[in-house]
Amino acid sequence: MDRTQLLLWLSFALFSLGFVGVMIRRNALVMLMCMELMLNGVILSLVTFAERSAMLSGAVLVFLVFVVAAAEIAIAIPIVLLLARRRRTLDVGAWSELRG
Amino acid sequence: MNLLTLIVVLPLTGFLLNGLLGPRLGKSFVTVVGCGLPVLAFLATIRAFGQLDGAAGLALVESAYTWAVVGDFSFDIAFYFDRLSALMTLIVTGVGSLIHIYSTGYMKDDPSYARYFAYLNLFLFFMLLLVLGRSLLVCFVGWEGVGLASYLLIGFWFEDPAKAAAGKKAFITNRVGDAGFLLGMFLIYYALGTLDFDAVNAAFQGPVPPAVSASLVGVLLFIGATGKSAQIPLHVWLPDAMAGPTPVSALIHAATMVTAGVYLVARLNGLYLVAPEASQLIAGIGVATAFFAATIAVVQTDIKKVLAYSTISQLGFMFLALGVGAYGVAVFHVYTHAFFKACLFLGAGSVIHALGGEQDIRKMGGLARRIPVTFVTFAVATAAIAGLPPLAGFFSKDEILWYAFASERGGSPLLWAVASVTALLTAFYMFRLLILTFLTPSRMDHETEHHVHESPWSMTSVLVVLAVLSAIGGFFHVYLFLEPVMPLPETAHALEHLEWPLIILAVVIGLAGLAAAVYVYRGGLDRAERLERRFPGLHRLLSGKYYIDELYEAVLGRPLHWISERVFLGLGDRRLIDGSLHGLASLAQRAAGRLSSVETGQLQQYLWLALMGIVALLAWMWRHG
Repeated sequence: MDRTQLLLWLSFALFSLGFVGVMIRRNALVMLMCMELMLNGVILSLVTFAERSAMLSGAVLVFLVFVVAAAEIAIAIPIVLLLARRRRTLDVGAWSELRG
Repeated sequence: MNLLTLIVVLPLTGFLLNGLLGPRLGKSFVTVVGCGLPVLAFLATIRAFGQLDGAAGLALVESAYTWAVVGDFSFDIAFYFDRLSALMTLIVTGVGSLIHIYSTGYMKDDPSYARYFAYLNLFLFFMLLLVLGRSLLVCFVGWEGVGLASYLLIGFWFEDPAKAAAGKKAFITNRVGDAGFLLGMFLIYYALGTLDFDAVNAAFQGPVPPAVSASLVGVLLFIGATGKSAQIPLHVWLPDAMAGPTPVSALIHAATMVTAGVYLVARLNGLYLVAPEASQLIAGIGVATAFFAATIAVVQTDIKKVLAYSTISQLGFMFLALGVGAYGVAVFHVYTHAFFKACLFLGAGSVIHALGGEQDIRKMGGLARRIPVTFVTFAVATAAIAGLPPLAGFFSKDEILWYAFASERGGSPLLWAVASVTALLTAFYMFRLLILTFLTPSRMDHETEHHVHESPWSMTSVLVVLAVLSAIGGFFHVYLFLEPVMPLPETAHALEHLEWPLIILAVVIGLAGLAAAVYVYRGGLDRAERLERRFPGLHRLLSGKYYIDELYEAVLGRPLHWISERVFLGLGDRRLIDGSLHGLASLAQRAAGRLSSVETGQLQQYLWLALMGIVALLAWMWRHG
């Protein structure tokens, strides 16, 4: 099993872990962390393919994705904080009436 | 100098000025513009009349504007000024100007003074377009325009729903006739490729007859004329049209607009000369209308309604003359009728003005002393319409009776007999009106009687002018003046020795009507009421106006209402259009209801849905990639 394949399997494992986490956990913070895992899995595959085709732009793109992810978390965490403060729980099911 | 265009445009200017600026610039501005421009138009007409004399019997033709060019045919707005249209223009602008001046007194205190004069000027504009237009198309524009102005003026006091309804009735009834006019016009254009009156007349008189039945065209155009000139079966609108201000009744519904039908037939005399069937129909309808309207007028109690039915009856006389080929005589009656009927209507307006709005002759009487100028002028005009010599109506009515009797183009003793009986009725109901209004002891209530006053000079001077014209107008023999344009029919030689006896008989008939009216109404209403009780059925039939309105309501009105209500509203509007729209709306609503149950607020469920979506997308791409 060569290196590329290994890395892709790793990326798949990260993504699946994250996905299963998002799907089965109801704790908002855990879900956010699992989403980060999914993101990392995807980025790993991106980097792998970029390296394989010897294109630097892939590596640059990774930094962009990190920045976006950081910004996203910076917004998501305060929202979760506010929600948690109001209901004293992190269970996303508690907010299902926000469906609109 | 475009004199004819100027004549037409002057009243239009008045309409625009008064309509746009009148309410802001005040009453004196409106009066000067509203009366001044028609008077200028009248002066311009006199000038054009002088030029016509110089033109040695030829018509003045003036093209103002090319309206449209279709293929190699162009529709011109052109004016045609021959002896016939010259006479009509003189009547329209002359009597029109007088009535404008009268209106300044009659409408003095109306809040919509400017609007009134704007409409009146608009009417004059369209009427001049009608009589001066060279082609049927321009005439038709005027024809529709006077209908519009008539509608606006009948419903002038539109706050009263009955008056607004009378305006609509006039407009819609006229629309029925206009359909005939349009069809006739289409046929003429289809067959001849031109709509110019002179060309149409020439084509029908020419050696090669056009490929269209003159009688068919004639009957269709006559249907238009029955609408505008209130002949059976489209006469029902004119009595209701009395809802408008009285000067309007005088100008539009007596002197000018209602004679447009007569003008149309006379203008197209070349066509009607080769359409004997249409002419017979015209004579028959004319004499029937004259007779039936006269019988209704005998029992009417509203002063304006009597005059309205008398107008219908007199128009019937004109059509009788047209039907027997005496076109010039019909126009002669148009001319004399314009004077005495305008005088009568304006006199009635003066009476109504004096009595503060009272129109019921049963509540009048004894006004002769109180409003002497109105009385004298009214009496002259009454004698004129009754056909007493030497007043104007005598000459024109006598000529009509003579040609109805002796014309080689369809005259017959039967027509003459019915027309003579009608003349008798005319004299009777007109003197009845005069006696009941002015001569019998007063039947007014005290309050009204106290306020009776003669009208201001702006009104009485017009009455005097019109009364003088009704008295002497008959000495100008219009039908001889018009003979170059419209030749008179031959009369049967065998009957010519009867001409003088018939004239004497006509005078006797007029005097008999006078005597009968004096006999019945001298002592007020008592004797008439006894007659009423003796013939209750006849009286009901006449005061019900032969129940024509009720018949139309049952035969046309109600089915139309039913179809509108049930088919168009119920089935078409409610079920089809509303139904389909409501169906679509409820479909969208129900679908949204179903779909919204998916939205639970459970994030995990959303994720599952998203996952399934992605998987389905990938699967689809896998298969089609």
